[in-house]
Amino acid sequence: MAVFAGKILRDSDFKRDVVEKVVQRCLLVFGKEVSESFVSCIQCGMCTGSCPSGGRTILNTRQIVLSLNLETVYRYFDRSELWYCTTCYTCQERCPRKVRITDLMRAVRNIAVENGYMSKEHRAVIRYLYETGHSVPIREDVKELRAKLGLPEVPPTTHQYGKALEEVRKLMEELNYAQYGEEG
Amino acid sequence: MAEYAFFLGCLMPNRYPGTEVSTRKVFEKLGVKLVDMDGASCCPAPGVHGSFSLVAWATLAARNLTLAEELNADIVTCCNGCYATLLEANHLLKENAELRELVNGKLKTVGREFKGKIEVKHVVEVLLDPEIAGIEKIKDSVVKPLKGVKAAVHYGCHFLKPSERRSLHESVENPAVLDKLVEALGPTSTSYSTKIMCCGAGGGVRSGNRELTDSMTLDHVKAMRKAEADLIVTPCVFCQFQFDAGQTELEELREEERIPVLHITQLLALAQGFKPDELGIPSHKVPAVKLLEKLK
Repeated sequence: MAVFAGKILRDSDFKRDVVEKVVQRCLLVFGKEVSESFVSCIQCGMCTGSCPSGGRTILNTRQIVLSLNLETVYRYFDRSELWYCTTCYTCQERCPRKVRITDLMRAVRNIAVENGYMSKEHRAVIRYLYETGHSVPIREDVKELRAKLGLPEVPPTTHQYGKALEEVRKLMEELNYAQYGEEG
Repeated sequence: MAEYAFFLGCLMPNRYPGTEVSTRKVFEKLGVKLVDMDGASCCPAPGVHGSFSLVAWATLAARNLTLAEELNADIVTCCNGCYATLLEANHLLKENAELRELVNGKLKTVGREFKGKIEVKHVVEVLLDPEIAGIEKIKDSVVKPLKGVKAAVHYGCHFLKPSERRSLHESVENPAVLDKLVEALGPTSTSYSTKIMCCGAGGGVRSGNRELTDSMTLDHVKAMRKAEADLIVTPCVFCQFQFDAGQTELEELREEERIPVLHITQLLALAQGFKPDELGIPSHKVPAVKLLEKLK
């Protein structure tokens, strides 16, 4: 962690625990190599300069990595640009300090979601998954097209197998994931 | 005969079944058996569900992986997103005991266990593997070379990145492997300025921010038109969806300026002599009429 950071930005909003949660999430899923990588950031801006969304919106990846080091990343929770990243990995590939930016971005979003920051469009994706096992479920016209192409009208996925869908639902409940599909 | 567990995902069976049927035909022609993964779900999408909850993402991916483990077969997928999720989750779960224990604890409630005994492949990887098919065998299977057209080859992000786990070991900044495959089928691969840029669909951007996603599609189409592309070819159904459906959402683009989009397996199936109708091509939102006339 940047040792000077607290001195500059310590204020009543200071939320060290958010960074800790991001670190723990990365450590659990990806391992140490990812969870500790952001401390190596030298603020060169390669990430921002490489970002397809950053070139056309206010998303500034370099500042998000900086905010991890300054422990102010929670300030992005209610900002729409946190969700402008398409997870294309260009920044992560090009980073000269091997900061695992895209992995960190997903972890930051995880913690934002856990704190209740999530759009209704994204809640709907989770709802589709819970209801059908698919983020993009089948439509009647596609069933007809499938039959015309000689495929089974309903694909051999959770769409066709009720028991499989029950498994997905059970897991989503066990993971406390299904709840995010409800209107926030 | 080589055998693969065929992971369908969401967009291929539920929006672009033409790509599914093309893949089945192409593999049959090349003598590779595809076995259905009965009861598979959404992969789930790496940048969407992975952004919401990495633990839920890994667990639901692990459930899909256990289906292939039951079949004792490696997975093949036609979507870069499915590929990214299943490949990454498979690696992470094999490597990271703590994560595996957590995920297996959840899977136990539905009578499953991740064992880590299979691999995940992209359809292009399988097609180019000389032990399975390979470029020479693919060339031999072509009965109708698709000459006289220029293709804008779009790789899509997760086909190449993150590079550390990709077994094709292709350059992420200047890839060529897919261009070679496309050119082996007849078209010329035309160079365009946005070639390695994201299609704009991933990370929940398409579902959450239509304006942003559309602006990326528009930049691509402008660059592809400048390069005189007759068609867009991609190895990813999500990119296919983004370009095909996406172009029809763009007010800035006149109808006649839209470029038809084919998945690589549809292009290969056409070159192998299958008819556009058999491959679902007329069902695409951007009509391929002009392209198909050029190819006659």
